[in-house]
Amino acid sequence: MNVELEPVIGLEIHVQLKTRTKMFCSCALSFGEEPNTRTCPICLGLPGTLPVTNAQAVHFGLMMAMAFDCEIAPKSIFHRKNYFYPDLAKGYQISQYDIPLCSNGRLGDVRIHRIHLEEDAAKLVHEGASGRIHDSDSSVVDYNRGGTPLAEMVTEPDLRSAEQARDWLNLLRVTLRQLGVSDVNMEEGSLRCDANVSVRPRGSSELGTKTELKNMNSFRFVMQGINAEIARQTALVQAGEPVVQETLHFDPVTGRLSSLRSKEEAHDYRYFPEPDLVPVAPTEAMLERARTAIPELPAAREERYGRDFSLGGDTARLLAYEPQFGDYFEATTQEATAGVSPAVLANWVTELRTRIGASSDPAESKVTPDALAVLAALVTERRINASAGRQVLDTLVAEGGDVAAIVEREGLAAMDSDEELAGIVKAALEANADAAAKVRDGNAKAMGPIVGYVMRETKGRADGGEVGRLVREQLGI
Amino acid sequence: MTATELVGLTAAEAIGRIRAGELEPAELWSAYQQRAQADDLNAYTWVADADAPAADPAAPLAGVPVAVKDLFCTEGIPSQAGSRILENYCPPYTATAIQNIYDAGAPLLAKTNQDEFAMGSSNENSAYGPVLNPWDRARVPGGSSGGSAAAVAAGLAPWATGTDTGGSIRQPAALCGIVGFKPTYGAISRYGMIAFASSLDQAGTFTRDVTDAALLLEAMVGKDPYDSTCLGLPEPVQPPTATDLRGVRLGVPEELSGEGIEPGVLAAFERTLDIARDLGATVESTHLPHAAHGLSAYYLIAPAECSSNLARFDGVRYGMRVDDGGGLLDMYTGTRAAGFGDEVKRRIMLGTYALSSGYYDAYYGRAQKVRTKISEDFESAFSAFDFLVTPTSPGVAFELGAKSDDPLAMYFNDFCTVPMSLAGIPALSIPNGTAQAPGGSSTELPTGFQIAGPAFSENKLLNAAYALETALAFDSSPAREAS
Repeated sequence: MNVELEPVIGLEIHVQLKTRTKMFCSCALSFGEEPNTRTCPICLGLPGTLPVTNAQAVHFGLMMAMAFDCEIAPKSIFHRKNYFYPDLAKGYQISQYDIPLCSNGRLGDVRIHRIHLEEDAAKLVHEGASGRIHDSDSSVVDYNRGGTPLAEMVTEPDLRSAEQARDWLNLLRVTLRQLGVSDVNMEEGSLRCDANVSVRPRGSSELGTKTELKNMNSFRFVMQGINAEIARQTALVQAGEPVVQETLHFDPVTGRLSSLRSKEEAHDYRYFPEPDLVPVAPTEAMLERARTAIPELPAAREERYGRDFSLGGDTARLLAYEPQFGDYFEATTQEATAGVSPAVLANWVTELRTRIGASSDPAESKVTPDALAVLAALVTERRINASAGRQVLDTLVAEGGDVAAIVEREGLAAMDSDEELAGIVKAALEANADAAAKVRDGNAKAMGPIVGYVMRETKGRADGGEVGRLVREQLGI
Repeated sequence: MTATELVGLTAAEAIGRIRAGELEPAELWSAYQQRAQADDLNAYTWVADADAPAADPAAPLAGVPVAVKDLFCTEGIPSQAGSRILENYCPPYTATAIQNIYDAGAPLLAKTNQDEFAMGSSNENSAYGPVLNPWDRARVPGGSSGGSAAAVAAGLAPWATGTDTGGSIRQPAALCGIVGFKPTYGAISRYGMIAFASSLDQAGTFTRDVTDAALLLEAMVGKDPYDSTCLGLPEPVQPPTATDLRGVRLGVPEELSGEGIEPGVLAAFERTLDIARDLGATVESTHLPHAAHGLSAYYLIAPAECSSNLARFDGVRYGMRVDDGGGLLDMYTGTRAAGFGDEVKRRIMLGTYALSSGYYDAYYGRAQKVRTKISEDFESAFSAFDFLVTPTSPGVAFELGAKSDDPLAMYFNDFCTVPMSLAGIPALSIPNGTAQAPGGSSTELPTGFQIAGPAFSENKLLNAAYALETALAFDSSPAREAS
């Protein structure tokens, strides 16, 4: 059989919250410290200890709930998820189960099923060939990470391709970053993504059997993993074979998926309400505090840039997703003189971004928004040409300073005397008679040597468009 | 004063003499330390060997030493919870309730023996051997806080802490002829109390009399940033002063005061009701319709929580580890098989089953519904009565080994005390006489009278108990003199 198949993808995302302390104790969060130095009796699960919920984690959770238009539970409760594993100090993980913090939200075109709070497990280091537990020689536990606050988000199966999943995950990442609730770094594990993947005949409304993909710890691996799984399931279905529900582990070295042993998966977690904690019942004051803490989010900013500044889609998204450049762009629009369009300013901001790097903050560069606005105005008014403008920007990035002074010092001002330029063009035509003949015969590409001559003579100050006009005028075409 | 006279003082009396300059705290310490070191009841698992610590006579507890149930973590001092799996385990921190006692000026004299992880009603489930009842050494002191009860009754300590999950303070207090008080759930922090069943565990006191109970309780209660289920009490605990029970309405729940109660215990109970009437109380029979299901619900909820609470004892981080190189699962099973006793294993298995997928609703879920019903029963009863009263324990102290092979008979010890634990309300046991054990024994053994009140009614409860105690004039000296 050979029907057209449609992938159906849902994501499960674990977000490490950027609180000062752990979810249920007052240990500071760990960032690569010596193993087992960020621990206390509580996160080590010593006898007699009790958890106490981190108010900042609840606050961040509420901010997420509001940012994603979720319904917030008036009283959500923590459960114990029981299983034995050395990375779990208490023999259970405190998580939320049947009443999560919030549910039924949306980000972009993907519905969010639920968001709940829980604690992270400790880190197991398996010493041996594969780095996985079943063929390691020994394992050691670092409890620094144990108890780090996590928000687990589950989406509805609304994604239809790996690319869409990657783009949405990127929107999620920049949104969470803008909220300030997480470092959202996939490589470092502060953003972790599992995917549920199935395929079905296009047009069908039923869901196929899904598999769960784990360990895809970069955007590239999320794409690779999902694409590999779509291909595998498609081949199975086309061959009339069933898809088996299982958990697959992505191997970043080979790019392959392998089945986790079913024995590890055969858990009965014996969930029951955590008797050591009281329910999370957000008060009006807590909700208000969360509401006022939410900044403008990337999706809204992208829309505003299109609406208010007529920026094109890609530019608007770039500036909205990297809010430090968006903020900088908006600062340049405050400084710019009339006649300099926001699109031109945005273009100069992206030029700056290319030079200083996307992860830098332009506000901390040597280029002030005012200087960039002045530069954009000079180019717009043709007082310097575009390549001279880029040269000025290089200087600004390297040492800062006053735009006019740089133009003056480097002799970049466009030539304001037409006669002088006309004379140089005349000399260029004489020096490149062959080329001039070809241009006259209609070969526009032969213009190169003539323009080159003029630029050499004018040290690049000549406006390229003006040179072309003079060439055609003097050749009478 | 002779050492015998010294240990004859209640804690409040000793505090009075210390404040008056008639008694040195160090003198009291030495007298108790000597008796504790000579303990032949196996009441203690650890006794301080240091000289008397510095004491502040102006502090609320004025240096009167305290014995602490081994379930409480005490920094640098073995806290083994009666279990082999925690043998020689010394925690790096002290339980809030115990720190509060230290802060009130009472030094730690000794740690008391107990049933393993507080699971038991006879103290025979301790990995460190059974505790003997000072009234008759062939008999159990009750449990799980048997060491604390025996130590206070025998004059090996002025007072002691205990924990009560389904009766573990009240029942041993009754069997040893002393006062045992389990306050409202959440009055005292659970931080540092090694957990058995988190939603039921509550710390409390063992004392010679009701006045001492009020004093020690006041030192222990209070909100704790480390226990979010701890509320403290709405007002300070006051020393009780009531001399009568005029206007006090006592309800006697029929479900907890008839069938299954030994005749001698019932007779003592009836005599106490008469005394209450003489003091001006009205006494009426009433009903707690769901109380009879209390035990069934308790023996699902408590094991379920314990199965999870005890998962941390896996040999990875502390305590016993049995590892013969067979891998992770072997280490888990080897450690837990060797480290836990039979009763603990039985309850872990019961609880694991009750929480299992497919059985949760039928067992744990249903038990929680019964629990709610029992709470509602109490609520409705307290609209008509100030207190409910019952015999504390269905019987007097039984002989060692008598019920060891019959878990259900053992569980029945908690019949009268479990409903209050499920409802989280305060309840106290005072000694109200003696009775002969069934089966023609001529030994007179103490009986207990339980008074339960609404949540946070501690001061009223203490006053009622004090008035009764004064009128009862129970003589607790035989247990001390025998030791």
